[in-house]
Amino acid sequence: MSNLLEVNEVSKNFGNFTALNKVSITVPKGSIYGLLGPNGAGKTTLIRVINQITMPDSGTVYLDGEPLNNLHIKDIGYLPEERGLYKSMKVGEQALYLAQLKGLSKAEAKTRLKYWFERLEIGDWWNKKIEELSKGMAQKIQFVVTVLHKPKLLIFDEPFSGFDPINANLIKDEILRLREEGATVIFSTHRMESVEELCDDITLIHQSNKILEGKLVDVKRQYKTNTYEVGIRAKDKIVLKEELAQKFDISEANFKTLEDELKLNIKLSDTEMPNDLLRYLTSKGDVSHFVELIPSVNDIFIQTVKNN
Amino acid sequence: MNHLPLIIKREYLTKVKNKAFIIMTFLSPLIFIALIGLVAYLSQVNKDKIRVISVLDESELLSYIFKSTDNTSYNVLENMSLEDAKILSKETNSYGLLHIKKFDNIESATNKVSFYSEESPSLSVISDLESKIQNELTNQNRIKKGIDIETLKDSRINVDIVQESFEGEKTSKVDSIVKLIFGGAAGYLLFMFIIIYGNMIMRSVIEEKTSRIIEVIISSVKPVQLMLGKIIGTSLAGITQFFIWIILGGVLMSIISLVFGIDMAEIQTPQQEMMQQAMENPEINNQVQNIMTSFYNLPITNLIIAFILFFISGYLLYSSFYAAIGAAVDNETDTQQFMLPIIVPLILAVYVGIFTVVEDPHGTISTIFSFIPLTSPVVMLMRIPFGVPIWQQVLSLLLLVGSFMFTVWFAAKIYRVGILMYGKKPSYKELIKWIRY
Repeated sequence: MSNLLEVNEVSKNFGNFTALNKVSITVPKGSIYGLLGPNGAGKTTLIRVINQITMPDSGTVYLDGEPLNNLHIKDIGYLPEERGLYKSMKVGEQALYLAQLKGLSKAEAKTRLKYWFERLEIGDWWNKKIEELSKGMAQKIQFVVTVLHKPKLLIFDEPFSGFDPINANLIKDEILRLREEGATVIFSTHRMESVEELCDDITLIHQSNKILEGKLVDVKRQYKTNTYEVGIRAKDKIVLKEELAQKFDISEANFKTLEDELKLNIKLSDTEMPNDLLRYLTSKGDVSHFVELIPSVNDIFIQTVKNN
Repeated sequence: MNHLPLIIKREYLTKVKNKAFIIMTFLSPLIFIALIGLVAYLSQVNKDKIRVISVLDESELLSYIFKSTDNTSYNVLENMSLEDAKILSKETNSYGLLHIKKFDNIESATNKVSFYSEESPSLSVISDLESKIQNELTNQNRIKKGIDIETLKDSRINVDIVQESFEGEKTSKVDSIVKLIFGGAAGYLLFMFIIIYGNMIMRSVIEEKTSRIIEVIISSVKPVQLMLGKIIGTSLAGITQFFIWIILGGVLMSIISLVFGIDMAEIQTPQQEMMQQAMENPEINNQVQNIMTSFYNLPITNLIIAFILFFISGYLLYSSFYAAIGAAVDNETDTQQFMLPIIVPLILAVYVGIFTVVEDPHGTISTIFSFIPLTSPVVMLMRIPFGVPIWQQVLSLLLLVGSFMFTVWFAAKIYRVGILMYGKKPSYKELIKWIRY
């Protein structure tokens, strides 16, 4: 079984509102899976269906080859976007309680908590109340509680919000480490740079429908436009620019260079090869910059959502 | 996975460890006792104050009946006009002036008596004066008509109807009062319990919503489990608090009566004073024994079992409503519109209990209300001391448990949807829609 999670044609309506319309996703085992979409697209509903918080109207969900059932609660760790803890409860007690709800024994939960608290250097918070902690500190506790029972599937909804860059990095490393240890991660966020950095696969949900799914590299390949960003030092920039405009599809580019260069985006047709372009350019001046423009997740996101 | 015990434990411990809860638990009996002490003190002070009532008797038939007592002294004025008497009583700060006009015939005395005062006089003073004058004039009239008062007194015969059921159980008026007190206390206790701890459940649901922990929790447990755990945990905390109150109250009460020597039973109103006078009567003394026997005659086992069953199911019925309301709203101020359907049947139950059960414990209205699930716990608890056939109790209980299960189902639906809804103030229409989600 190479897929940990298979969601097949899941639909969910709230009254007249359709939150999910026959959405299917496949999450490969051991991957970090980016669940993307504009606000209100249905991501949270999908996550809640996977967590058995919301029952779907139709469709099936399989976790590790089995239809989703109550026993899977301990296999899933969920960090919701709207998170919080009992304010007046002590950190340790609270973490123990939440861990026990996930099916850990009290002793086991305690050992693991001690390990995690030491690891994140928060050991001395054990007897503090949540209301005495800062938001970032509480987030750390919440993270620990989410991963403590070593679930097969981790679902993080905006895991980095509320963290300073240092702690965000710390959490990011922990997520990567958990993946190394065998966990599969579903990662929902609006921060596209972290999607670029972390995700192997992505899916895009828009207005209750899935509109894009695949390996990140495949998606990018699919969305690339054969455009190259070039910088050339030439004697007469204007002449060169006109010359190029006649031969290629060009547009102004914007990037930083040291000298005063001609900066252009050059879009090639399917028959033109980048090497030919480079050869042509070197004959015209010194090429200081030659990069293929790979669409960013951000571009793909905006483009796809706009086209739908 | 059954997490119910875990949830109950957490709910119980958080409630019990809460500072406000601890303070209330230990402070309430103190405040309560202090209040009783204050009332006792105030009535003592009130008793010390002597009322002066001026009397101007132009008929000259009645002056001698106004004998001063501990808290009322009469100042009989003579040879004075009404105007002068008014001025005088005003100047001497009298409580009021009783004026009896001259009348030729005793029978025409009906509206010859007036009472003048600065402020409207207390009811008990007026009725006391009325009965004094009335008795005296009646006696005088009887003498005038040649009726011998002694003979009249002797001829009086008291009848005490012995009440007995067809099965041969004896009852009495005193019995009824004792039953009423027991039933009333049970019903009222339930009422208080529902209001206090129902609200506590509601607040704790709202707290989970506002602290946003709810989504984490229900990704681990079923909302119904969470709701039931909350209800049971909070109720156990409530029972703990109640027991502490009872014990603490008892201890404090006895300490205070020992230390200060105030006999709590002596806190009296004038009416009670009259009753006490009557107590010295051997006949009434008999009644004390009656009270004891009627206490033993109460269907104690039935009472206790019914109390436990009706209390628990009635409480659970209402508390699931409270939990659902808590889930439906974001903050406590929004709860108002949903509270009415809870409060109205509760208050109705208490009033029906107090008014109709007293009048006729087995009448149509009391019987009907002791079957309607929302009112039955309170009304039935009030009726049971009067002896309710077992089949009625069982039927009422079955109805209650049935509707309890229905409301838990219903509340769980609302709860499940409501706990994840933020920002909107839901209407009833929306709540109905939620059930179908």
